[in-house]
Amino acid sequence: MDNASTAVAVAVVLVATAAFVRWRLLTRRRTLGSPADRATYKTLHTASLAAPSLRRGLDAESAAQAIPHVRALLGTSTVAITDLDGPLAWDGAHADVDVIPLMSDALARGTTQASARAIVAPLSVDGRVVGSIVVVSDEASAGLARATTEVARWMSSQLELAELSESRSALVEAELRALRAQISPHFIYNSLGAIASFVRTDPERARELLLEFADFTRYSFREHGEFTTLAEELRSIERYLVLEKARFGDRLRVVTRIAPEVLSVTLPFLSVQPIVENAVRHGLEAKDGSGTLTVIALDEGAECVITIEDDGVGVDPDTVRDALVGRTTSSSVGLANVDARVRTVYGDAHGIVVETAPGHGTKVTLRIPKFHPMPPTAG
Amino acid sequence: MNTTYGVIAVALVAVATLGIGAFGLRFSRTTSDFYVASRSISPVWNSAAIGGEYLSAASFLGVAGLVLASGADMLWYPIGWTTGYLMLLVFVAAPLRRSGAYTLPDFAQVRLQSDAVRRVATLLVVAVGWLYLMPQFQGAGLTLRTVTGAPTWVGTVLVAVIVVINVVSGGMRSITFVQAFQYWLKLTALLIPLFFLLHAWSDDGRPSPVAPSDWFQPFGEADGPGLYLTYSVMVATFLGTMGLPHVVVRFYTNPDGHAARRTTLIVLALLGSFYLLPTLYGVLGRIYAGDLVASGRTDTVVLELPSRMIGGTTGEVLAALLTAGAFAAFLSTSSGITMSIAGVVGQGLAKHAATLPITRKVGLTTITALRLAAAGGVLVPLALALSAERIAVANSVTFAFALAASTFCPLLVLGIWWRGLTATGAIAGLVGGGLCAGVAPVLTIAWGPGGWLGVLMSQPAAWSVPIGFGLMVGGSLLTRSSVPGNVARTMVRLHTPEHVDVDRRS
Repeated sequence: MDNASTAVAVAVVLVATAAFVRWRLLTRRRTLGSPADRATYKTLHTASLAAPSLRRGLDAESAAQAIPHVRALLGTSTVAITDLDGPLAWDGAHADVDVIPLMSDALARGTTQASARAIVAPLSVDGRVVGSIVVVSDEASAGLARATTEVARWMSSQLELAELSESRSALVEAELRALRAQISPHFIYNSLGAIASFVRTDPERARELLLEFADFTRYSFREHGEFTTLAEELRSIERYLVLEKARFGDRLRVVTRIAPEVLSVTLPFLSVQPIVENAVRHGLEAKDGSGTLTVIALDEGAECVITIEDDGVGVDPDTVRDALVGRTTSSSVGLANVDARVRTVYGDAHGIVVETAPGHGTKVTLRIPKFHPMPPTAG
Repeated sequence: MNTTYGVIAVALVAVATLGIGAFGLRFSRTTSDFYVASRSISPVWNSAAIGGEYLSAASFLGVAGLVLASGADMLWYPIGWTTGYLMLLVFVAAPLRRSGAYTLPDFAQVRLQSDAVRRVATLLVVAVGWLYLMPQFQGAGLTLRTVTGAPTWVGTVLVAVIVVINVVSGGMRSITFVQAFQYWLKLTALLIPLFFLLHAWSDDGRPSPVAPSDWFQPFGEADGPGLYLTYSVMVATFLGTMGLPHVVVRFYTNPDGHAARRTTLIVLALLGSFYLLPTLYGVLGRIYAGDLVASGRTDTVVLELPSRMIGGTTGEVLAALLTAGAFAAFLSTSSGITMSIAGVVGQGLAKHAATLPITRKVGLTTITALRLAAAGGVLVPLALALSAERIAVANSVTFAFALAASTFCPLLVLGIWWRGLTATGAIAGLVGGGLCAGVAPVLTIAWGPGGWLGVLMSQPAAWSVPIGFGLMVGGSLLTRSSVPGNVARTMVRLHTPEHVDVDRRS
């Protein structure tokens, strides 16, 4: 009995001690930092809430999402964000103050302007004024003007970040555009020569070939869209091969194996046709007798595997390697260009794979993911 | 039943499925064939392929078994499996195709720009796939036992092995024509024997089925649990179809949103005509094979009817044809699901490997990842199928539908039709709905509670789907500020027909 009550007493004391220690720790944690520290944390937190929307750039939507946090930062009754043309968002009580002249001043001079009841601070990106923040308060003190200027400066830095990420994606697009495959002058010259040879002997065939040539160039010269579907690309390859066959005659044989499931895969515009052209020009043209070109597109789960193979003269692997890293400008420029573009779009894991040796033909493999987060802009 | 015919039928289907993949490729030897090769698959072929992949063991064997056992109220299963495509047609088909997504996790990424949602969706694809594979394997065991008398695990393991070989060896490289062929095979395998059976029934003086009165009622015993189960089946099947991974993958083959809609419409017609047949088998079974109800082997009624009603060599050949159809059903559905599980997991593995620092790269290419995922993905449902033999095939496939309906249906419907969906809300709905609909089958298989709890657990959709929707909407409303910034662009992309010239970049 005594033992039992002692045990209970000890247990109660232990539990009470533990509870007290825990309570002390919790309250200590709650009072972590001085009031000034906590004010700083709060300010930083509010700023971090406004940052994501501002980092998307300055428009009505981002201004509307950021403005409650900006008002909380400044602790005033009314805040507005404007661009050069007028207000984008307005938060707080209605204020009967005409701030237009003040705003024009601030936008024109690029410095903070204050009147008795309003403060306007400009927002600028790279030294260029893009908008302003308007604060209306019953007493526009010098302190508030200072705070407004600092908040405007902080918002400007966020807008500059927005500009930066925009220019980064613009850079990727420009890179793709610069890399955009060019239709080769040799091909135009050769095709027109072949067509000319038919004009007298077989005018009907010459007419058909001219129409194919027109269709081919229309596809290759089209202005919009960096992406196309595999079906479109195959059609362009077909036209290209019809024109080449006019020149080669029976020396060029073509075999295709296409899994219809992958026809709707989107891929960079003109990323297969240059490989075919490379196979014909560097593989089969130099070969004596007839040559075979094989085009294969297979469905492999989440990827589409495209293989272009020729049994032509082949080439020294080192030459191809040099061409792919851009050391030579002679042959295989088309391959290097395709390689650079698919790497830009899909990452380094998706570059082209070339298997070749002199006298043993060339096989080029391209793996295209069926899904890519960058949306297609095929027109 | 004569074993030889049955074994020959099973072997033929297995060989055809393994070998035919390569023939789906379009060969051509002249440039003029290029035009043919670059033409997309027509909606007619595509819809037959969807039908071939979709009509599983549950449809081929299960429906007839359920009708035999419980009567008219079981028709809600085939009705629901067909109506699911109506929901898909109305709410999802075209926008999903326009999103460019190949898998459901792809869609989550396009719409919500979040890797976290992508990961959760990937896990759920695997879970739905496993639940769907389990009854396929079970059905295979059942069929082989009926045909050859072998223990059930033989058929189960056999189908699992064939599926893994098929996927790992790359036999699925061009699957549309194979699957389309499987649809017509299944339809023929049910249709031709049915003519003979109906003829025999007619010669017999057209007897009516003898059954208790509730067998003829559309809601069975219209008491509380019975009514709840019926409504729950409706919710699961109406809304679950759009979230089945192997169905969604098929839509990628359509060239555009319009073709996706046409494909879905034709699928509705194909499924509608198919489901007439197993129903008739069920009714005939009530007349000629009522003893199967007592012995608990109702799922075999389709296979048993020919030998019971006709007998002789004719009966045996017809039974072999039905066996072939049933095996086609297991193989096509299991291959399709395994492929989509493997695709989704392989995508994730390869992506993970790509982000590893260069020194730690293990050389895991996408195709290796795909094969690993396929082999691994089959083991779990195989274990489930071997351990859970007492649930009717059509019942257990509803667990997969319930899980899909509680998770992917809200994700797709809200993602396509509501601008306010956020990544946090989506995760809340996927996890919450997924847990509710995922725990229920585990409880039912492992423990099998009785009473109302058992009823609620055996068909969770009626409560888990509202939970999934509720969590997704609630979570999104609470995190309203994190709506993806490009939601307007994404919506334009999802809803604008392809021929309209708008800027679709995000």
